[in-house]
Amino acid sequence: MAAKSNPQKAEPREETAYPLTVMAVVAPAAGWLVPGLGHMVQKRWIRGFLLMASIVPMFLLGLTMQGKIYSPNAGDILDMLGFIGDLGAGGLYMLSKSMGWGEGAIFRATADYGTKFIVAAGLLNVICAVDAFHIALRKKQ
Amino acid sequence: MNLELSHFSAALLFAVFVSVVFGITQRNTPREMVKYGTYCLTLFVGGVILAGWVMWILKH
Repeated sequence: MAAKSNPQKAEPREETAYPLTVMAVVAPAAGWLVPGLGHMVQKRWIRGFLLMASIVPMFLLGLTMQGKIYSPNAGDILDMLGFIGDLGAGGLYMLSKSMGWGEGAIFRATADYGTKFIVAAGLLNVICAVDAFHIALRKKQ
Repeated sequence: MNLELSHFSAALLFAVFVSVVFGITQRNTPREMVKYGTYCLTLFVGGVILAGWVMWILKH
């Protein structure tokens, strides 16, 4: 029978250090404010453009389907989660709130799809901002 | 402006946008990104079609 390895005797693994740079702060912030910008400021032009060309139309399609933009609230848990998702869209969310978009009442199935498109666009934007952060740290190429 | 998409076209658009973002953010090289994005798109669209047939069978 093969001897089992003892985890207590295992050599401590050497952790790779990822120094926090200015870019590691600027890139995710830019990526959150404008989808794809976090990649563009790091000269990942094609990736940035493709991310922008996915998230911005998704958000705008959600609006044209009469989707709802959530406001800060302390009511229903789903409303709070919806607000967090919407907030992920950054600049698009702020623009929508300032222009009064997405405040109509939902009375059609497609409007509910629109709401989901808007929330999903916000969540995807958060993934993009985290990816921009990893690129800035050199964890990813 | 008011856009009314069918259930399938909304799901298809959703799949395309999400697959592009997943492909770019979850893989390292362009080749892997394209492969993973295509894989995600296939699963999304395949899942929609499969779920549609399952609902049809349940109804009939």
